[in-house]
Order: sequence, then structure tokens, then C-alpha cells
Amino acid sequence: MIAARRHFTPLQRVLHWLMAICVLAMLFIGVGMVSTIMPKYLTLVSIHKPLGIAILVLALIRLGVRLRYGAPALPADLPEPMKLAAHLSHVVLYALMIGMPLIGWAMLSAAGYPIVLFAGVHLPAIAPQSANLHALLWAAHFYLAFLFFALILMHAAAALFHALIRRDGVFEAMAPVPIRDAVSPAESTRRARA
Amino acid sequence: MLQPGRPPERSVVVSLFLIAVIVGAGAAAFAYTAGWFSPQRLTPDKLVDAFAPPTGPALGHRRNHAKGICFTGMFDANGAGTALSRAQVFSRGQYPVAGRFNFSTVNPNAPDATARVRGLGLRIATPDGQEWRSAMIDPPFFAVSTPRAFYGLLIASGSKDPNAMKNFAAAHPEIAAFGAWAHSAPWTGSYAEDRYNSLNSFVFVDGGGRESVVRWSLLPAAQPVAVPPEDLAKRGPDFLEQEIVKRVGTGPQRWTMAVTVANPGDSTADPSKAWPSDRRTIEVGTLVVQQIEAERDGPCRDINFDPTVLPDGMRTSDDPFPAARSAAYARSYARRTAEAADYPRTATGAKP
Repeated sequence: MIAARRHFTPLQRVLHWLMAICVLAMLFIGVGMVSTIMPKYLTLVSIHKPLGIAILVLALIRLGVRLRYGAPALPADLPEPMKLAAHLSHVVLYALMIGMPLIGWAMLSAAGYPIVLFAGVHLPAIAPQSANLHALLWAAHFYLAFLFFALILMHAAAALFHALIRRDGVFEAMAPVPIRDAVSPAESTRRARA
Repeated sequence: MLQPGRPPERSVVVSLFLIAVIVGAGAAAFAYTAGWFSPQRLTPDKLVDAFAPPTGPALGHRRNHAKGICFTGMFDANGAGTALSRAQVFSRGQYPVAGRFNFSTVNPNAPDATARVRGLGLRIATPDGQEWRSAMIDPPFFAVSTPRAFYGLLIASGSKDPNAMKNFAAAHPEIAAFGAWAHSAPWTGSYAEDRYNSLNSFVFVDGGGRESVVRWSLLPAAQPVAVPPEDLAKRGPDFLEQEIVKRVGTGPQRWTMAVTVANPGDSTADPSKAWPSDRRTIEVGTLVVQQIEAERDGPCRDINFDPTVLPDGMRTSDDPFPAARSAAYARSYARRTAEAADYPRTATGAKP
């Protein structure tokens, strides 16, 4: 049995916080760019596309890392419904981190646009040109973005709930500080007996 | 180290309050960015909505320049454009083209005789996978100086207030020149006899990184023949489309692509200001229109002629219109692709 780890690995924590910044930036850029006709519209679009692909790549790496290293167990005294909600919400977050960039990429493909990330770097189309498909993907990308933001707000609220109210180590498991996975002798004896 | 067990009651309330504040601030920041607290912000939705007539937009169709017909052909570059831009489209060669003749209207069934402002949408594809898209119209300069003024024009011209247009013209005197053009410019009986202009300026970048601010035009090879608008009205509601089908049927129709370079000090950010005619102009190639197809099942239907889709060697300038057009066209495209059922394709062989 793996020794009771109470923190995500440093790599997982780096990926989490780096991607949190990237995903939040994407959501704000996305919702901002579709609300303006000023020249910054083009600037925001030109950031949105490559940042989306960067998130896709990071998310796939992160998924691999998660499958390899797993996650610290949730506290034993956490109610079952809360554990279920936590697991489900994380599955949905992964699905969105990987799905949203793919939907955006497919949406542009279905519209027949050349997909330019930045000077000289093009992506191939990953969907056939089709008005119906474009409409479907556009709606998915648009509405899922709002779902994504709502889920992030819930995720942040839950994290703060664990940190400030339950004070059960869950927040510390992902905290961006170099906490060594030290366990007090009493605690490790208790766990060995469990 | 960790403190097991719940903290005292008051601390819980404070913590809950803090969480609510943080979540609330996040949601508020998001809502602000989205424009939900800014009714003054001109959004792409508002701009596209402003085109709709009182009966509502023509579902399934472009929200402006709604009536049009597709063409295909090629762009025959003569190599002269490489002096200004490193884009592959200017290297000597022939590149496939898809495009659309159209005119400014929100009604896809408007009679062609009402077409004062005619347009040409163009997409040139190069072997390097890039595209040059442009949407040009035939006035020699634009009606207004800024996108916000254009929005004001749409609102004023759709307004029930009898003084709306007068007030608009007073606030935007540049429209007088456009009005004069609309009133006095000759009308032709054919898309093939019209000159189409980019109006917006763009920046060309050559192989050495040197930049030039340019506008371009398509000059018809066909000799324009002036026809009084009253006579055009007698030709039937779709005469422009019927004429171009017949004309291209007898042989390809050509336009010379002429690129004009601004002098320092020329107004590059205001498409309502034409540049003096003595500016350096380079003829970079010939547009050859070889085939016409109806829009319903045609190749131009699902193309968004977004003027900011540009190859390397071209980029946007300080002209604010291309960005506004890109944002608005994207909105129109999103709407009309979701309305395919309202503008059905014919059954045989058409892709959904």
C-alpha cells in the first residue's frame, strides 16, 4: 500500500495553478472578446486560440500525471454526498479542460477557416466544413464556457470551505506552497492500524 | 499543523461571508467583462441586431448584403505584388478563388434595381494553406468614419423619428460626400462592370519586414455602361444575377487587382477619406471569374468573408473597421448557420 500521501505531487500542483490562471484568462478573454467590436477584439481572438491549444496540451499531460500519481484520499469523515460531488466535479472539469479546446478547434474547422495559432503555425481541420456542425459546436463552446465558469466558482468556494471551515487538509493538498508530506508519529501510527 | 474539528461559530460565519464575497467578486468581474453592467458598450450583437428590419432578420441569410450569388475562378498573380508583400498569393501563379457578388440589403429577395451599393466577397487560397479574404464594395469611400458612427447610421435610418437622419447627418458631416456619390454616381447593368474597393486600409509586409499601408481595388475589364436606374427597374427583380450568369457563360470575366500605397500623412484609419489619385499603385494580378452558381447550394454560402483572414505578409492597420466587421460577421455567421432550416438547401447532393 502506498504510504498515506496528503498532498498532490509538486508537478500536479504546478499544473493545477498554472492551468487555473490560463483557464480563467481564457474565460475572461472569451466573454470579453464577444462583447466588443473594438480593435482589441482581434487581439483577444489572437490570444484565445493559441492559449486554448496550450491548455489542451497541458490538460492531456495533467491527465496522464493524474492517472500515474493519483490523488490524496479525501478525509474519512467527509460525508459521502460531498465526496461524490467532489469526484464528479473534477471529472467534469477535466472533460471541459480537454473538451473546450477541441470544440473550439472543431468549430473553426466546420466553418472552413484556416486555423492560425500565430505567424506561420497552422492547425489542420479536425471536422468537415458544415454549417449545421458549426452551429452545434458554436452553441456548445458558448454555453459550456458559462458552465465552466460556474463550476470554477463552485470549485473555489468548496476549496475555501475546506480551508477555512472544515480545515481538513484538503486545501493544503493542492496549496501552492512547498509543504513536505510530513505526518506526525501519532497520526502515522493511527493510519497504520486503520 | 492542522487543527482538527470545526472552528468556533462566529469564525464560521465570517468564513462563509468571505467565501461569498470572493465568489461574488469573481462572478461580478466576469459579468462586467461580458458587458452586462455596460449598456453603453457597442457589442457585436447590438451591431448585427441594428440591421434587422422591423419584421425581423431574414433567417438563414447574411444580416447585410443578404442577396448574392456565388462565383468561382482563379487569381492570376503577375509577381509585381512581391515588392510590397511576402504573401504567397503575390508570387507569380494562379490560385483558386471562391467569391460572391452581392449588394447591400437586409432582404434576400430585394429587387436588383435597388442595388445602389454593390459588393464582392473574395477568398483566394494559396498552396501554403493560407487564405486572403476580402469583402469589397463599389463606393469610392465609406459613408462614415468610425464603427460607432456606422451603428448610429443604422439606428437613425431605422428610426421612426422624422428628424433622426437629419440629426445624424449634422453630427456626422462626412456622410454628405457619400450621399452625393449615391445620388450622382452612374448605375451599371452588370456586376462585371463595377469597380470594387477595399475601402479599409491594411498593412503589407515584404520579405525584408518593410511595411506599407495599402488599399486595394478590383478594376473591371468590362467597359461600364451607365444605365438610368428607372430602366434597371424594368429589367426584372433578379436581373443582376441573370445577367452575370449569361455573361460568364459567354466567357470568363476579369478584374485587375490594383494595390495603392498611402503616403505618409494620408488618413489610413478613416475609410470615409479617399486618398489622392496620384498615390503609387501597383497592379498585382487579375481576378478571373469562370463560373457562377446560385447561393443556396453554392460554394460561397458557408464562407464568412471576414476581411481579417489574411495570410502572412498582410495584417490589419489602424483602421478600426476590419476588427468591427470581423466581430459582426462572426455573429452573423453564428446566427445564420444555426438557421439552416429557414433557408433549406435543395435535396440532391448538397452537404448539410
